[in-house]
Amino acid sequence: MNEQDSHPTGSSEVTPTGEFGSGAVRLDQGHVVGDGGIPERFQNPGFAPHIHRGADIDHAAAKRAERTVGGLFLLSILGTLGFIVAYFAIDPEATIFVPGIGQNKALHIALGVTMALSLLGIGFGAVQWAKTLMPDEEEVEMRHTMRSGPEARADFVSILDDGAESSHLKRRPLLKYTLGGALGLFAVPVVLPVLGGLGPMPGDDLSVSYWNGPKEEDGTYANTPLRLMRDPQNTPIKASDVTIGSVFHVMPDGLLDLEEHLLEAKAKAAVLLMRLDPDIITSQKEKDWGYEGIVAYSKICTHVGCPVGLYEQQTHHLLCPCHQSTFDVTQDCKVIFGPAKRPLPQLPITVDDEGYLISKGPFKEAVGPSFWERGSV
Amino acid sequence: MNALAARRRHPAAIAILLMLGLLVTGFAYAAVAPQPAQAESSTAQDVTAGKQLFLANCASCHGVNAEGRVTGNGDKIAGPALAGVGAAAVDFQMGTGRMPLREPGIQAERGDVQFSQKEIDQVAAYIASLAPGPAVPSEEDVDPTKGDPGAGGELFRVNCAMCHNAAGAGGALTRGKYAPSLMGVEPKHIFEAMDTGPQSMPVFNDNNIEPKDKRDIIAFLTAIDEAPQQGGHALGSLGPVTEGWFAWFFGLGLLVAAAVWLGQKSA
Repeated sequence: MNEQDSHPTGSSEVTPTGEFGSGAVRLDQGHVVGDGGIPERFQNPGFAPHIHRGADIDHAAAKRAERTVGGLFLLSILGTLGFIVAYFAIDPEATIFVPGIGQNKALHIALGVTMALSLLGIGFGAVQWAKTLMPDEEEVEMRHTMRSGPEARADFVSILDDGAESSHLKRRPLLKYTLGGALGLFAVPVVLPVLGGLGPMPGDDLSVSYWNGPKEEDGTYANTPLRLMRDPQNTPIKASDVTIGSVFHVMPDGLLDLEEHLLEAKAKAAVLLMRLDPDIITSQKEKDWGYEGIVAYSKICTHVGCPVGLYEQQTHHLLCPCHQSTFDVTQDCKVIFGPAKRPLPQLPITVDDEGYLISKGPFKEAVGPSFWERGSV
Repeated sequence: MNALAARRRHPAAIAILLMLGLLVTGFAYAAVAPQPAQAESSTAQDVTAGKQLFLANCASCHGVNAEGRVTGNGDKIAGPALAGVGAAAVDFQMGTGRMPLREPGIQAERGDVQFSQKEIDQVAAYIASLAPGPAVPSEEDVDPTKGDPGAGGELFRVNCAMCHNAAGAGGALTRGKYAPSLMGVEPKHIFEAMDTGPQSMPVFNDNNIEPKDKRDIIAFLTAIDEAPQQGGHALGSLGPVTEGWFAWFFGLGLLVAAAVWLGQKSA
């Protein structure tokens, strides 16, 4: 006995009768009287007894359902008309008080509410219609085998064979192979421009920043010292301005003169400047690359490149707001919490003749998140 | 002139000239040099009264001479030394009710102000008398109507927004600390917080953000505080957290309710 013929219509316990024709099943007819023991196979219990809806048996209820559905559709019509009226009639600057929200633009509220009525009226009406008035009979559709009959299958094979034969495909292999090659290759010009259109390879773009200075003709960088400038004021910073506990948001001198790709350059060159008591800095490299406790670190998180700007001056922690990576500034910005993998790159700094802070060189590694070629350029 | 010229070879002439030169240089320097900020108009009585208030209310943590105290529990301090924090720090901490601290915790929270402005000024005068520090800003320094909200907004987004949120609604820091909301904070307290860097907040001294720029920031914060919210519920202006929560809770709730209704047997 398989799934198909276990159905009540195929078994002897059921007599299909009733007002819906001999193909339909009365749901109280599917049950088998048990004998107390566990049967070898459980019989299909059939459907639960069918309960008729109010609208199926009561004419008044059906009328009520009709009115409900009609009312919902009418509500939708009114909503749509209301939307049109509100669109033209309500002053866009007018405000009304909405409890729990406060003063709001009357037009927005009106448009939102009328559009909701317009759409929900249709939706709720349709569902209510289906649930109360549309046919409510459980119908059974029998499965049939997917496989075609042996005759049809043989026919199909012979048609293919005939085609191959009559088109000389079997007798003239040259046609077969050249056509195969042509069809195989014709897709290449479709795919090629897509791959080519991905743009030039990034080269060393990800590994250098504005702090490297302009690129020379031989592909090297000038590495000229650049002044550290306040962002956004674009004014140079004296070392004496940076008191302990201070934090400065820094960009390189001249960055704003860039005529193109300014934001990309700024995103790579953004630096956070902090002053700590030199005695609490544990890394000798951090001290050497700083200036009397003033240290400059890339502001770009090594996880996915968010700006790490949340500096806690008491704990000397730098927190990235995106995924809570935390860097300890006293330990050369080592990661002490979160998903970041590498410490923030430090920018070596010193002061110039006038006492302004300048870079002593570029970042010694690529800033920001990891990428395949990182460290190879 | 002849009399002077006649005495130019007098043995004391060099000494007198040197003295004169030093005096002129000294006065000139004093006239043009940046003044260390000091609380204005504080009298000796204010300082004495401030010290009394300090001894009664602050000394248990900050020490009787405001030298700071350790707890004896590792290197944890009960209260930091206060010499050099300036009147601005006192006015901020006491004026926002953060001090006196109600209970030890990860962060001193804003609370009810415990003292009158006069008493706060007296304590500030006492603390300022210990060592020079940032002074309480003048009315004009913090007048939002004199600032440029546009320029302030730019400064705010670079220097402040990462902790305090682009809408000034505040945000979380590490290990339970947080940057408080800036809405409804008095302009002078905003100025003083930038000047003194209370708790986790870094210092933004007048060389970093000029007083004029600080006033611009205050003007920006006042502007967004007073701006009408007519685009629906702001949900605390906290961005994706509250908005996402709202969408999941109410949006999904509605969808689940609709699914239940659709799946219900009609009879």
